[in-house]
Amino acid sequence: MTTKIASQEMKSLHFNPRKPAMTKGDRAVGAVSHTALSIWSLIVILPLLWTFMSSFKTSSEIFASPFALPSQWRFDNYVRAWTEAGIGSYFLNSVIVVGSALVIVMVLGAMCAYVLGRYVFFGSKAIYYLMLAGLTFPIFLAMVPLFFVMRNIGLLNTLPGLILVYVGFALPFTVFFLFSFFKSLPHEITEAAALDGAGEWRTFFQVMLPMAKPGLASVAIFNFLGLWNQFLIPVAINAAGPRVLSQGLAAFAGQMGYAVDFGALFAAVTVTVVPVLIVYIIFQRQLQGSVSQGTSK
Amino acid sequence: MTLVKAKTLRVGDGASAVVVPDTAPPVYKRRRKPLTFDKISFFVVFLGVPLAIYLLFVIWPFIQAFGYSLTDWSGFSPKQNFIGLQNYQKLFTDDIFMKAMGNNILLVIFLPIITIVLSLVLATLVTVGGSSKGQIKGLRNSSFYRVVSFFPYTIPAIAIGIMWGQIYDPSGGLLNGILTSLGMDQFKSYAWLGDKNTAMIATMFVIVWGFIGFYMVLFVAGIKGIPAELFEAARIDGAGRFRTAVSITIPLIRDNIQTAYIYMGILALDAFVYMAALNSGGGPDNSTLVMSQQLFFTAFTKGQFGLASAMGVVLAVATLIFSGLVFLVNRLTGGDKDVSL
Repeated sequence: MTTKIASQEMKSLHFNPRKPAMTKGDRAVGAVSHTALSIWSLIVILPLLWTFMSSFKTSSEIFASPFALPSQWRFDNYVRAWTEAGIGSYFLNSVIVVGSALVIVMVLGAMCAYVLGRYVFFGSKAIYYLMLAGLTFPIFLAMVPLFFVMRNIGLLNTLPGLILVYVGFALPFTVFFLFSFFKSLPHEITEAAALDGAGEWRTFFQVMLPMAKPGLASVAIFNFLGLWNQFLIPVAINAAGPRVLSQGLAAFAGQMGYAVDFGALFAAVTVTVVPVLIVYIIFQRQLQGSVSQGTSK
Repeated sequence: MTLVKAKTLRVGDGASAVVVPDTAPPVYKRRRKPLTFDKISFFVVFLGVPLAIYLLFVIWPFIQAFGYSLTDWSGFSPKQNFIGLQNYQKLFTDDIFMKAMGNNILLVIFLPIITIVLSLVLATLVTVGGSSKGQIKGLRNSSFYRVVSFFPYTIPAIAIGIMWGQIYDPSGGLLNGILTSLGMDQFKSYAWLGDKNTAMIATMFVIVWGFIGFYMVLFVAGIKGIPAELFEAARIDGAGRFRTAVSITIPLIRDNIQTAYIYMGILALDAFVYMAALNSGGGPDNSTLVMSQQLFFTAFTKGQFGLASAMGVVLAVATLIFSGLVFLVNRLTGGDKDVSL
């Protein structure tokens, strides 16, 4: 009620501090900004839409005109991509590998970061710097020796081997990010837990881990994207093993060269892109929050 | 131990303890808690398991790579002869590898600067495009742009490469379709990736396309972290939008820019996925060949693991030099001045 009166008074004075009038310059800047950003958005969206549309066309339709809509919305491209090209099984392999690696690396990374962040002991600094070193060196440097490590322990070209390597390479980022997170949690809470009789294990799993949820979520999102998109590691140490999606996609694109089943290729790309895109659109708020968190550290 | 006992005695001493204040501050004797099974198992599992995986699959291969690079090992023979720095000598006289290194340097020079400038411009448009009066606000309805811009980052790089490979396709691709429909008939069946003059530029465009949105979101987050009072103060002092962006925004998100520059540079030194997807053979006249491709080929096709490891070391050294240079330049141009809040 009071606000209503207040706003009426404002109106009668022709003065409204809440909504300043846009000046001419503001409008011009706004218009230019919107135009520039719209052009950029088009550059992003058009290729994606075109890929999506082409995934319903036959090869001859694609070559006849890049713009024309498909004569009918046929799904046989998807069926062919999913079964004949094996995208379905690659997809499943990717889900298994990335899912397992993600769970393992989050648990192990949180444990390691917790110990490094909250206990001071001989060598704790050295371990921390060792983790940093893993972030600095290019993965390429490790590929050749890694190939032989995997062969010697008999995990070359297997999914469990791939999972372990994914865990190893995602670990430094996870530890590095969660380290500062665990460090910032108040010490009183651990003390309270200890007074209540909780051991080290219980304190971690029932007290600290739930408190670290926001940090864990951010890291998990980035790890998921990083591992799902990983290409080099599977190509190097899983070349003859059951393929994951990124690897299978490359093989499919490479082998067809002349066989020309472009419709199925577009369908395969769409199958790869769309699930992650949908998940992103659902979680985009959290993700943009994590970007700002991840870089302010 | 005696001290603690004396203290408890005095506290138990009823009235006197209340009246007489503690003259000495309470002294806690630090002593090691007995190592229980709980504690030992906790440390072993929490530190041991992650470290074991990390050392075996990451650190050990890194160390081995340096060793291999000094041998002529071909991987499948049991014999490896120590040949000192001969592999490196071979690399620096190998025309193809030097060509690849040149391409990497080209990428390192152009990719970060183009990506960061464009994403900074877009981030600035989103954040200061709003009204110049009243509360400091971003551009209206701009969250749509932010969401869309981030799309490419969620797409696997290999899918981006394959998609753009089709867009650049000479006869059925989207790009030539658009250009010819605009009346530019000379592009009727122009092979963007098949001509050595355009292959590199076309490839760079794809990588830039994939990362602008990510860095834009990163910079927007950085700019939003700057307190609004600073922008208000600048405005009261008469700074326009451009001046505000140059004198307030960029210095304050300098650390973000440095991080972005290093990430982008490391990516440019690798670039394997994009090159493999767009021109797996290195492009016309090796115009898009990069060191990582050459490494992969040398190792897993030719089986020259010693030589390939030397390439890996060169790549690692290049990465370190690049990061060091970025830090140095940032420092020399005044980045160490404390402008943070």
